[in-house]
Amino acid sequence: MSKTETGSHAPGALSPTSKRPAGTLYRGNEGMWSWVLHRITGIAIFFFLLVHILDTALIRVSPEAYNAVMSSYKNPIMGLGETALVGAIAFHAFNGLRIILVDFWTKGPKYQKVMFYVVIGLWVVTMLGFAPRHLINVFSEVGN
Amino acid sequence: MSSTTDTLGLASPRSPRSTPTGGVNWEKWGWIYMRASGVILVVLIFGHLFVNLMLGDGIKGIDFAFVGGKYAAPFWQIWDTAMLWLALIHGANGMRTLVNDYATHVVTQRVLKGALLFSVITLLTLGTLVIYTFDPCPAGAPANLLASFCPVV
Repeated sequence: MSKTETGSHAPGALSPTSKRPAGTLYRGNEGMWSWVLHRITGIAIFFFLLVHILDTALIRVSPEAYNAVMSSYKNPIMGLGETALVGAIAFHAFNGLRIILVDFWTKGPKYQKVMFYVVIGLWVVTMLGFAPRHLINVFSEVGN
Repeated sequence: MSSTTDTLGLASPRSPRSTPTGGVNWEKWGWIYMRASGVILVVLIFGHLFVNLMLGDGIKGIDFAFVGGKYAAPFWQIWDTAMLWLALIHGANGMRTLVNDYATHVVTQRVLKGALLFSVITLLTLGTLVIYTFDPCPAGAPANLLASFCPVV
């Protein structure tokens, strides 16, 4: 924020020199999109977790029952879904750490925008490491 | 500003926050829980994904024998128990925030929060029981589906 915006105006008065419309400090920028993505990825992970606890519980039923469900996780369409799921988890994890830094690190709020792009960068690196490995595993199963 | 509340009974801006006297501030502890569990979950879930999807044959190697081999070690039992409890409560508390934000009707809120509580209690019980009552070498199961350490009958 520039000096003119924080300067000697009356509380609540808009800065006469500000070219930006009021209310866009947060809305539509990195802060909002990280929040939106955090919610969407969180919902997706939660519903997968419900299913994942139930499918893993099949180990208590029989080896055949568990293996039957696991084989459905190995088909290519599910493989793409798993890649998306890991993408959601990686974003939620890195952005969650960003939120903690915004809350507890004194310079967190100042660097929240920079940290959003760090999150995106870490996410890209993670997915470059994970996606090829996983997709090769999944698609090499095709035709066997 | 002459009074602290307007005609609608709303507090005017910057009036002191009314805090309920006594009792535990559950919303504060929920807020702390999301951050504390979040940090631990980053380690637990990244470890889980790395061991199950990156090492060995990745997802192709996951079957009953693989899980049997993992749960033969108390290390993975404790790992998965911690992951189960921390993640499910973290997720359900996050969903509770969404219900608070988007469900506008009191009854809708109660039904959704009731469903969340029911799922959490059911799945924590089920998951914990499965981890600690699991038999990696069930009697009568075909040997080719079991971990290599199972005695051949």
